Amino acid sequence: MDPLTAFLYLVPAGVVVVVFRMIPIASAFLLSFFDVKMGRIRGFVGLAQYARLFQDPTFFSSLGTTAYYVAGVVPVSLFLALFAAILLNQKIRALGFYRTVFFLPVVTSLVAVSMVWKWIFHPRLGLLNYFFQILGGGSLQWLEEPRGIFQMVADAAGWGWWPDGLAGPSLALIAVIVVAVWRGIGYNIVIFLAGLQNIPDQYYEAARIDGANARQVFWKVTWPLLSPTTFYVLLSTTIVSFQVFTQIYLMTGPPVGGPMGTTKVIVYYLFEKGFDAGGNMGYASAVALVLFAIILTLTLVQRRLVERRVYY
Amino acid sequence: MDHTATARDLEMNAGYRARRGLGRAGVYAGLWIGIVIMIVPFLWMISTSLKSPLEILEFPPTWIPSGHFVAAEDGTWQEIYVVSSDEATGTSTVRPVEGGAERRVTTSAVRDRVRLRLGNYLEAWRQAPFARYYFNTVLVTIFVVAGVLVTSSLAAYAFARMRFWGRDNLFVVFLSMMMVPQPVYIVPSYIILVRLGWINTYQALIVPWLAHIFSIFLLRQHFKTIPNDLYDAAIIDGCSRFAFLWRVMLPLSKAVLVAVVIFTIVGTWNSFLWPLVMTDTPDVRPLQVGLARFSQEQGTSHELMMAAATFCIAPLVVAYFFAQKQIIQSLATSGMKS
Repeated sequence: MDPLTAFLYLVPAGVVVVVFRMIPIASAFLLSFFDVKMGRIRGFVGLAQYARLFQDPTFFSSLGTTAYYVAGVVPVSLFLALFAAILLNQKIRALGFYRTVFFLPVVTSLVAVSMVWKWIFHPRLGLLNYFFQILGGGSLQWLEEPRGIFQMVADAAGWGWWPDGLAGPSLALIAVIVVAVWRGIGYNIVIFLAGLQNIPDQYYEAARIDGANARQVFWKVTWPLLSPTTFYVLLSTTIVSFQVFTQIYLMTGPPVGGPMGTTKVIVYYLFEKGFDAGGNMGYASAVALVLFAIILTLTLVQRRLVERRVYY
Repeated sequence: MDHTATARDLEMNAGYRARRGLGRAGVYAGLWIGIVIMIVPFLWMISTSLKSPLEILEFPPTWIPSGHFVAAEDGTWQEIYVVSSDEATGTSTVRPVEGGAERRVTTSAVRDRVRLRLGNYLEAWRQAPFARYYFNTVLVTIFVVAGVLVTSSLAAYAFARMRFWGRDNLFVVFLSMMMVPQPVYIVPSYIILVRLGWINTYQALIVPWLAHIFSIFLLRQHFKTIPNDLYDAAIIDGCSRFAFLWRVMLPLSKAVLVAVVIFTIVGTWNSFLWPLVMTDTPDVRPLQVGLARFSQEQGTSHELMMAAATFCIAPLVVAYFFAQKQIIQSLATSGMKS
């Protein structure tokens, strides 16, 4: 077949991919070695920006905040989604209804959803504090609470002193995590449900004939046969979580990333460095590449670790 | 058969069924807790969007927006503000909301009735150029969807059916670029758009999204399932390559094309970081960025913010209720969550 014809068919997509993907990705590497102000390249600086990055306390704290966020969202979302999917897989009536409702937030814009939850978390007038009061609890400051949650527990227990390093993620960040789980869970439920429905019935029958109880059925049949699905959900949720931006931008502050910078995640830091006045786009590119390196490494490590336990 | 064994079997079965029954109640209880958690934020959004600024400040909050009314002479209800109440005489001074003189009525004549302030929607719509934002988003979405369909079909056809040097390697390069997250290349993209003079233009929101690698991948996989014999037969009959794509391949790929259309619409409608960076004037600003702006500028008028949030998610939510099955499937295959 004529390579020229093939070339013509590839041109429309190819031009866009080259100009708006390939070149930007390659440039991200290059830019991190240059001093770039307001979109103008002002000089080659070599590895200086990386050197500066590794002495930048805000960068490390934004990494830590992002790690807290990922460590909060991923396990909670996975556990709840798997639990809901197992319930939905019990041959229940009106399955479509439940699935539709759980999936609804996935279709709605993150901007709108963040605004709604910011209002729910309102310290004085919010719905959540109202529920807490009905249940006999006190009001919490939610998105305006800079204290770490372990610190708060220590304060509430009256221990007087608690090491700063163990303060934990701020309650504000926990609020953002709650929203992320709420918004993304429907997607994970649908994936888990499809995975569960793919497990052939005969395995369950065989297990029942052998007299396995519910727990044994789960751990010896469901869990191993579901592992490719679990692995996919784990990986995709982790990758998406590392890129959190919109909820932080809409729900926290002013200034965004507050209170006291406890919700400043890495993509917001990148955004601030790259696009705020006085920012440096080369420096922002260095941040972007560290983020990319982390995501890539995690993907590879997870693949390595989990591969051995996944039964395809 | 041993009778006692049968009896015991029955007994065990009954116990089993009872336990199962309890289990089923638990299943439904668990699911309904989930349903309530998923739905309450939306109800709260709509409830808030229909309240008056005064009701917003009430704590504990109410679910059903209401107002104070007194019966007018002609039997209709007239909405009023209660200016003051005198407990000794059991009367209140009230003033009609629509304007007019204050008057005294017996306190028991003042009733709370459901009052949905639909005017909040109009007010929110007027306070920011939402009509413009809507127009921008619809325009960008239409162009991106049309463009993605054309470019992906052509490229997928080349990758699936044509033979040329380096085809599979090129395909792998495409796929590997799909794995790079957007925050990684947004800074260089901005610089490129500055150089092109495209900042604050529709091109900035459309052109970079005219090719969608995952759509190419999905269509290529599907095209590969269409038998080669069909292709050979058509070519022998004098069908051109393009005609084969147009008349045979695409009609056979309707389900995949629908999926591509759906996740492209949802993705474009809800995209945020890219348009936030690439635009800063209202003339090209899309809905989501406009909504975020509105939220930051409004700050305290929660009823207006919730009204705006409602009309910004409404089109997709309505579409979702009509075609939830296709939409769930499409988004689940696309692996897209934000």
